[in-house]
This record gives sequence, C-alpha cells and structure tokens, in this order.
Amino acid sequence: MGKTMEEESLNTERFLIRGARILDPSQGLDQEGDLLVEGGRIAALDREIPVEEGVQVIEARGCWLLPGLVDMHVHLREPGEEWKEDLESGLRAAVAGGFTAVACMPNTRPPNDSPEVTRYILDRAREVGRARVYPVACISRGQEGRELAPFGELREAGAVAVSDDGRPVADSGLMRLALEYARSFDLTVISHAEDPGLSAGGQVNEGPVSARLGVKGIPAEAEAVAVFREVALAALVGYPVHIAHVSTAAAVEILRRARESGLPVTAETAPHYFTLTEEAVLDYNTLAKVNPPLRSEDDRLAIREALSEGLIQVIATDHAPHSPLEKEVEFPAAAFGMIGLETAVPLTLNLVREGVITPLRMAELLSTNPARILGVPGGTLKPGSPADLTLIDPDRVWVVTEEELHSKNKNTPFLGREMRGRAVLTVVGGRIVWPE
Amino acid sequence: MGIEFPHRHLLEIGPLSREDIEVILRTAANLKEILRRPIPKVPTLRGKVVANLFFEPSTRTRLSFERAAKVLSAEVLNFSARGSSLEKGENLLDTVRNLMAMGPDLFVIRHPASGAPHFVARHVRIPVINAGDGFHEHPTQALLDLLTVWERKGPDLRGLKVAIIGDIRHSRVAHSDILIFRKMGAEVYVSGPGTLLPPEREALGARVCLRVEEAVEGAGVVMALRVQKERHGRPLFPSWHEYARFFGLNRRVLAQAAEGALLMHPGPINWGIELAPELEDFPGQVILEQVENGVAVRMALLLLLLKAGEA
Repeated sequence: MGKTMEEESLNTERFLIRGARILDPSQGLDQEGDLLVEGGRIAALDREIPVEEGVQVIEARGCWLLPGLVDMHVHLREPGEEWKEDLESGLRAAVAGGFTAVACMPNTRPPNDSPEVTRYILDRAREVGRARVYPVACISRGQEGRELAPFGELREAGAVAVSDDGRPVADSGLMRLALEYARSFDLTVISHAEDPGLSAGGQVNEGPVSARLGVKGIPAEAEAVAVFREVALAALVGYPVHIAHVSTAAAVEILRRARESGLPVTAETAPHYFTLTEEAVLDYNTLAKVNPPLRSEDDRLAIREALSEGLIQVIATDHAPHSPLEKEVEFPAAAFGMIGLETAVPLTLNLVREGVITPLRMAELLSTNPARILGVPGGTLKPGSPADLTLIDPDRVWVVTEEELHSKNKNTPFLGREMRGRAVLTVVGGRIVWPE
Repeated sequence: MGIEFPHRHLLEIGPLSREDIEVILRTAANLKEILRRPIPKVPTLRGKVVANLFFEPSTRTRLSFERAAKVLSAEVLNFSARGSSLEKGENLLDTVRNLMAMGPDLFVIRHPASGAPHFVARHVRIPVINAGDGFHEHPTQALLDLLTVWERKGPDLRGLKVAIIGDIRHSRVAHSDILIFRKMGAEVYVSGPGTLLPPEREALGARVCLRVEEAVEGAGVVMALRVQKERHGRPLFPSWHEYARFFGLNRRVLAQAAEGALLMHPGPINWGIELAPELEDFPGQVILEQVENGVAVRMALLLLLLKAGEA
C-alpha cells in the first residue's frame, strides 16, 4: 500500500515534467513549459527548468499538463453496495481516468447522513490512498426529504457539500431550509433537479423514443421545473446552488436567465449528455439507461453550446457503477446509471477537437471550477500548491473494453468504442498514482 | 415447405415489411381451413416444443397460442407467474435459462416490462414471439386485427380510416395496430380522454383527435380498447361513469362511422364502459372473428418461425 495523504508532506519524491503544454486556468496559462515537483508540492513552473542531479525527468512533449482533475459527482457505492464499486476500485478508476479528487454522493447504504458514515468514508479513503475523496452528505435525513441532516456535524466530520442526489428534494420548503442552513457551515448545496411528480415511473426521455419503446417518458420539463425552482430559491435565500447533471436545453435557458440576473447558480453536465442522445436506448440497451435520461439531439447541442458559453461551468461524470444484477434485466427493471471516470477525458477532448471549447476551458471545466465550487484545494498549478497533476496525451487512441476499465463494473454504453486521448500520468500530492 | 420468412423472432411490428406481413396473413388464411375440419389437427410441428411464458395474467392470448400449437401437433409447456416477476424479485434471465434446459424450440412471452421479449431474445438461441410486453407492443394482436379487416374489406387498405378509441397511451395493442395499419396504407385516428392520449409527436403517425366523434366520423374500422387501469399508477380520469359518458362507444357515436363499419375490440371487454351493451348486436361487430383469427395467425407464426429455420 502506498503512502497515505497525510504523509504527503514527508514525500521526498522529486521529478520534473518537461516540455508539456501547460494549461492552468487559475493563471490563465496555456504555454509549453516544465513543472518541478518536490516534497509533494509544485516547486516551480517555468518555460524551462534546469535539471538538477537526482531529479527524475518525465518527458511530456505532445502532452497536456492540467491541474489535477476533480470529479465533483461520483458514486463510489461504499458503504453498503460494494458489489457495485468500492473505494479501492473506484479510486483506481478515478486516477486511471486522470482524476486526482472525487466528490462522492451520499446515496450509499446507509446514506451519508451522519458524521459516522462521513468518517467511515474518509477512513477508507485514507487506507486506499490514490485520489482525494470529498464526501457529499445528504440534505435530508435518510434522503427522505422530510428533515435536514445534521449539516454542522457532517461538515465537522469532513463533508464538503450536501445533496440528496438520486432522490430529488420534492418539498420546496425543505430545499429553502437547506440553502439557509448550509450558509451557516459554508457547505456547497448540490441539487439533483428533477420534479418527481413529472418524472414518476419514467425510464427514458419523453418523446418519440419513449413512444417507440413503449416505456414511460421523463419529460425535459421535469428538469426545467426543478432548475427554475432552485434558481428562484437561490435568489430568495441569497446563497449559491449548484445544479447537478444538466441534460436539457430548457434547463440551459433557465441558467442563461439566472446568469443575466446575476444569481449565484452554477451547473454541471456529464460527458454522456454532450455525446449521446436518446437514440442510444433504442433496442432497450440498459447500459444507456441513466437519470436524467439521454435527451434529444437539440438538447445535446444546447448542452455543448452552454459549455462553450460558460453557462455550465463543470463537467462531472456521475460515475454510477451497477453490476449485471442491476443491468442484465428487462429494461424497466434495470437501474439508472453508467460509469464515466475513465472515459471523461477523451469525450471532453472531442469538444476541444470539434472547436466547442478551448483546451484551457477544458481544464477549467474538469479541474479549476469544480474545486472552486466545492471549496476544496486544487485546480491550480501555482508554485507552492499541492502537486495534484494530470498529464494527458490528447492523441492516444484506445478502445473501451472491459479489460481496459478499472471500475468494478463495466456498465458503459461506450464499450467497444474507440477513444482518442487519455490520462498518461496522474499525480496526487506529489506521488505518481497512475500508472501504478 | 419452401416458406421464405426472413425473421428469427417476432418482437414488434416495426421491422416487418409489407411482404412479411402478407406472408403471415396468407399463411394464416390457409391454415384457417384446418380449424374448420372435423378433426382439426395436422402433424406439421410434431416433436416441437413451444414454451408459453406468461408473466402477466392472460386468458385469451395464452389459450390462443396453446390451441395454435396443439393444432399443429407441437408440445406445449406453460409457465405462468402470478403478478409480475419484478414484484417478486424474480430474475427473468434465470427463469428463461431454466426453461431453456427443458429443451423448448420456441418461446412465447408475455411480460409486464416493455422490451422483456427483446431481452430474452438476446439471450437465447431459439425464436421468441412477443405476446405482449408492457405498453410497448402486442404484434400478434395487430396481425389478427389486420387479418380480420382483410377478410371483410379486402387487402387494399388505402383510403381506409381506422379509429382507435380509448387508452391509447398505455395500450400495446394500439401501438402495434397503429404501426401495422399505417404500414398497410390505412389512416389511423386515435381518441380518448386527454390523459390517455399521447401528444401528436408520440402518436407514431396516428392523428390525435380530442373528440371521439371526430375520430369515428367516416371510419371503416372502429376499435375500442379496454382502459389499462392497472398501468396508470394514479387515477387518470375521475370516474368510470364519466369515462363511459364522454369516451365510450355507443350507437349514437357509431352512426358517424362509414357505412358497413367494423367494430373491433381486442378483449377483455368492459361492457358498459368502453362499449355500450347495445353494441353487442351491432351489425359490423367482429369481435369473435378476431378471436378465431388469433388462433390462425399464431399457427402461421409458429410454422414460419419453426419451419423457416429448417432448410
């Protein structure tokens, strides 16, 4: 087992990453250069750093060096659903995908609504090492939508945000209370924006595809109505809200109006929403069954536009592992969700190649912005910062196969697809955690 | 036998070409003669085993498949699960693998989950016939409905108006019927209460009418559907009384239909709700012909799917 994160200050590893294209949104930097890691921190960053004796040199010509990627929306399934994923496998998938930190959602068993569960997750994270783990705790006790979870104790135990992800907060009054109370502890409030009355029983996007498959649809309005509510509540309370996994053009329009009004609203989307459409579930492909559902081509284009315009500030994977027990079943019985940690980088690079975003914006979406929104360290390559780094070879071609993936389960509709671009080096606290 | 049928399974109407449909119906029409013989049995499928997997209550369809198999001398295995496998936490794949071990040659599947027959078809090496899945499709019902219309109206359906009235949104029969009648050149109109109608863009090419009279006006075929209350989750209309009054079919509404219009219903019927009792002796009522044609169509499919595999 490698060193724990606490020992990183003792880390005496020194290495120089040479000749990379350095992308650091925190300094507005997009230039070729070298970066020196020493004692777990970024010791120097310059166009050229002379090599001292005893310093290992990593040649990185042609590669992009980003502040360590932060995935603010993953399901690590521990405690309670370890047959789907655990911290061991989930964090290996994270670093293999280039992520140095992940925020894990609270819909575990039991749900993370108590400091005991938060501490358990952090203890396990320390044991496992590899990537940093930021627990997201529940908004409501048991995610039941009735009374607030103990935000103060959760914050004290190490939670950085609250969300009832997977079970939207139906009661607007409770959501208001959550925003008001989160202010006291400076917790990020993440909304799974879905009106459960409109989405009840739904399986796929409502429209021609749900009609063809004969399954109940989830209308785009189920998201739009809830996003509108969160925007209104953010304005009412005067506290920021972050919208998880935005999937619709309608939600993007509401985000646009929120920005015009100067409201403190941020949003994330997942690679599948800017890559795939509802067509992927035709033929009852349970691997493409996800919530919110894959939407129409118009929605997909709107999400890309929103990323380009900065209306959506974060790309998060919503990595949701499920085993064949939950996926190898008839479509309506299948669980929602797909894994995403190991395909996020190449899918986001597609946006760069297609001219939707710049490389610097990519670093912002995958690192700087999620770190800022969660209020955690990272997202920068400024000398003196902890050395959390992701080196990406944007042109590495590989095929998604079960063998290539490190997640415990392989539930992704991208199986068999050729990807271009991959994390080739992941560094957490100055320690090379990928490749192993 | 030299029959050309280019499909391994019958899962839905979509992939069938007009020619495929004509082959099925012509075969069914030929086989119908057997049903009227004094001893209605032929040895064609002797030694074949048809497994009926019914995960949802069904009388008519299950008996119809059983009868069809027996007329052709196939063995029948009947599996029926009360309620749904989902409720019982039963694993469909396991059930199917267990039944596979008993050596069937064909599966007939009814299941409350849309797509369940497709799922099974991906995991077995024998033909699968969809006998109704969730609110997706009921292709054999559509084929027997079409055969019934052919017998009365001839095979050229161009210009024919077909009206389907009732719970369109939750009806797999409506879904399959819309697809098959449109494929054969008819125009399909649907009507029912607003909460049971799909939006136009999801109506699979059928015209959505808010008033039942508008759908029925000039129609050569009028089909009533049972309200699928068990699939609603929450009440989608206030009372049966109100449903019957505004959306049920009766002589007054049917008077708007074309001369000699057929009245059809896939069954089971709730008399007094979707059909007024006075319609029992409506001249164009062909509900029992539908039942008889159901056996013929299923015989045809068993034959085509089990024999087409043999060179």
